[in-house]
Amino acid sequence: MSTRELNVGGSDWDQVVVGAEDETMIINMGPQHPSTHGVLRLVLELDGETVVNCTPVIGYLHTGIEKNTEVRSWTQGVTFVTRMDYLAPFYNELAYCLAVERLLGIEAPPRAQAIRVMLCELNRISSHLVWLATGGMELGALSMMLYGFRERETILGLFELITGLRMNHAFIRPGGVIQDLPDGALDQVRAFIDDFPRKLNDYENLLSNNPVWLDRNKGIGMLDAATALALGVTGPMLRASGVAHDLRKSQPYCGYERYEFDVPTHEASDCFGRYVVRLAEMRQSLRIVRQVIDDMPGGRVMVEDPKIAWPAQLQLGPDGLGNSPDYIRKIMGESMEALIHHFKLVTEGFKVPVGEVYVPIESPRGELGYHVVSTGGTKPWRVHVRDPSFINLQSVPHMVRGGLIADVIAAVASVDPVMGGVDR
Amino acid sequence: MEGSLEQVCAGLRERFPEHVSEPEELFGEVSLRVARDHIAEVCTHLRDEASFELLADLSGVDFLGVAPSAERFLIAYHLLSLSLNVRLRLRVFLAEGDETLPSVTGVYPTAEWQEREAYDFFGIVFEGHPDLRRILMPDDWEGHPHRKDYPLGGTKVEFKGAKVPPPDIRRQPTTTTGYPGRIA
Repeated sequence: MSTRELNVGGSDWDQVVVGAEDETMIINMGPQHPSTHGVLRLVLELDGETVVNCTPVIGYLHTGIEKNTEVRSWTQGVTFVTRMDYLAPFYNELAYCLAVERLLGIEAPPRAQAIRVMLCELNRISSHLVWLATGGMELGALSMMLYGFRERETILGLFELITGLRMNHAFIRPGGVIQDLPDGALDQVRAFIDDFPRKLNDYENLLSNNPVWLDRNKGIGMLDAATALALGVTGPMLRASGVAHDLRKSQPYCGYERYEFDVPTHEASDCFGRYVVRLAEMRQSLRIVRQVIDDMPGGRVMVEDPKIAWPAQLQLGPDGLGNSPDYIRKIMGESMEALIHHFKLVTEGFKVPVGEVYVPIESPRGELGYHVVSTGGTKPWRVHVRDPSFINLQSVPHMVRGGLIADVIAAVASVDPVMGGVDR
Repeated sequence: MEGSLEQVCAGLRERFPEHVSEPEELFGEVSLRVARDHIAEVCTHLRDEASFELLADLSGVDFLGVAPSAERFLIAYHLLSLSLNVRLRLRVFLAEGDETLPSVTGVYPTAEWQEREAYDFFGIVFEGHPDLRRILMPDDWEGHPHRKDYPLGGTKVEFKGAKVPPPDIRRQPTTTTGYPGRIA
């Protein structure tokens, strides 16, 4: 079946069914199936209820984000990449900015690094909560869906307080973060991480010993470590196959080496193992966030170089968000250089030295890598994203062959694919 | 460069003296140039002899206008060794009009979708790929949109009576450096 054209319009149906064996049946799961987390089409070949073959068809959500970054400035790229994996926007921003910073040869100030780590780890929790909520719902634990989204909303509220937006923040910029934390933000984060472990215990009590949950997850979607590595699978899926690989430990960035945390693993290699690993990761993220806010460095949140640091200093005024009066006074009345820098940076942007870098970070779904190529201009020459959802989704056929059709749902849910990231 | 990576590069140079370049370190990342026809053998060697278990990323770049046409396309392989905890980039350059190279799907099965993506966006043909067809763009799409000479704003409008101008007179993006983009 694999050599046949499968097209997005669905008009390939005649060709698809011709190739089926007499005894088997071909059905489309998706692209509008509620449990595909977006628009994923799985063409299943079934023998009764047993899956003989499975071919994922993707591309329904392709928006050309990589191409778009090539005609925008380096700073504007952040607002594009944050829209790829919309459940983990901070990770896209961070990996992109780390790549640009490596090309520029700069490093964000310690306070910016700590803010980045804090936001990323909160984001990991909110992303895993969506996985838990939707994954639970798909297997019949409907209440989990309500709880998961309720807690995620609290985290998105924190993001809104800090960045002004619930999603697609464009808050992390090359050279640091765009603004300092607002007053009281750390107290609210602390209140959340004090409260959340209790709720995590509730979820565990709800699911971990639930016979239906165990039946639907244990021994389902098996993926051993060797297969996972061959397929390039990373993140919680690889760790649930017993490989303790976490880029935050092995190749730390943004000062992760300063924080104490464990890398949870599981030996089961099945959907239940992935559930256990992700729950444990949420607890580790809480540990990291607590260490960050207990030891939040002071100082600037953006590099000092006026040729790189975004000049605008936004402030909420009576007529909305805009440049602060102090800043306008400075560029219009006091400093010619500041005005020139503002003009140059906002209209043209900064230049980035010639070269190519590949910067990987540990996103909630695995290795998120940015291959960024510069030819010395004010725009990226090429931005290629190694999105972990895209790579991990390749493992679905291997996990579901020979299993029951109902287990396809559990297997896809355990991959936790975000189609915005898969299709980009 | 880390000692273990130095050894790997030395071993590779010894095994493929003709087909692998001296390692080059830039921005703290080590790259090797590999001759096009030997990429699969080099990958096999790295996987089996040097414990590079993971092909993290396979990425295409079109250097139209900034590199000679004999090196227009770059395919970059980002390998990761979990046991040595090092990364290595293999670079294969392809000439304009001859955009084929051997597939590495037999060595790293994860390359299957990544090579399809490079084919879809750049029109690069990976010989020996089991199922080389478009992956993100629709199957009936014409052209390879990440090529630098692909016209921007050239998408067909599917309304009745809409007239689509031929590609050469469509609006080109205005940049300070001109297009297709040689960057000054």
